[in-house]
Amino acid sequence: MSENIKKFMYLNRRAPYGTIYAWESLEVVLIGAAFDQDVSLAFLDDGVYQLVKGQDTKGVEMKNFSPTYQALGDYDVTKLYVEKESLEERGLSLEDLMPLTYEDEDDDWAEKDSIRLVSRAELAGIMEEQDILFSF
Amino acid sequence: MSTLHTVNKSPFEKRSLESCLGYAQAGSSVLLYEDAVYGAIKGTGIADKMSNAAGVKFFVMGPDLKARGVSDDKLLDGIEIVDYAGFVKLAAENDRVQAWV
Amino acid sequence: MKFAIQVNEGPYQHQATDSAYQFARAALEAGHEIMRVFFYHDGVNNGTNLTTPPQDDRNIVNRWSELAKEHDLDLVVCVAAAQRRGIVDEGEMQRNGKDAQNIADGFRISGLGQLIEAGVQSDRLVVFGD
Repeated sequence: MSENIKKFMYLNRRAPYGTIYAWESLEVVLIGAAFDQDVSLAFLDDGVYQLVKGQDTKGVEMKNFSPTYQALGDYDVTKLYVEKESLEERGLSLEDLMPLTYEDEDDDWAEKDSIRLVSRAELAGIMEEQDILFSF
Repeated sequence: MSTLHTVNKSPFEKRSLESCLGYAQAGSSVLLYEDAVYGAIKGTGIADKMSNAAGVKFFVMGPDLKARGVSDDKLLDGIEIVDYAGFVKLAAENDRVQAWV
Repeated sequence: MKFAIQVNEGPYQHQATDSAYQFARAALEAGHEIMRVFFYHDGVNNGTNLTTPPQDDRNIVNRWSELAKEHDLDLVVCVAAAQRRGIVDEGEMQRNGKDAQNIADGFRISGLGQLIEAGVQSDRLVVFGD
């Protein structure tokens, strides 16, 4: 596969558990990681809720898939853009989110944050750079 | 590089159109289809946000307007009515398609 | 232009699959290529051959099957989503010990890699959902 690498962005705009979109979109990201494209995830609107820490699904008897976000770093998916305005609107801050990290092999395996907090305007600019956008 | 944003839910049911308007850059296009065609009507609660989207070209799906009994004279000024062939053309002419479901 | 289409919702419940179908037909009429139509989430339900919709309304499943036959389209139903929702072909039937299969004509069950590949190889991905 020697075509140009494309920029793929996965749009996450919904809360987890109320619908399956959050989980099934993550499954796409994991499979997609094997295709060596330039991948990023955008969390905006209710999508920011997917990254909230301390999810305990025992009472609803649904699979807790939040640990999968931590595994993304091992799949070379290291750009998780979280929109500031969506967090603020929901009374959330970075501290409410899971501390997602990856090991940068180009920097002596230094542990770095996968979550990139961006403003709406910044995220809009990043979206304009993408080739393919997946919506769920 | 321009984006075709597509919105298909009514702005009075879901905030997808509102979110889209927060992102659509000047030079991009927004296509309202399915229930989102209600967002193309004059004098609604979202009309101001629509008018304030500087530099954004709005399109609305004719077949969906007709299906819902919305006549052309009810629409906001400057919105262009297209059909499915027009949808395809917009998708081809812009550099990417971003769906706000 | 080479299009890839993603359908996230099932037949009748949402208009998504109708809009996707109309888009696909218009694209083909304009001489474009549809590289693949990928059915995900409840969209896999477009691929069951067990629907009996009322005679006076469109037959969504058959419509897709006919379009696929006429234009040699690749209609792919995601295997993981299909397993969750009970869309089964011969292979899935054997593998998972089911006593029936229900995949509609023109559809095939395959992995998520097919969606990614469609994104890689097409010029535009158009997503229809709710």
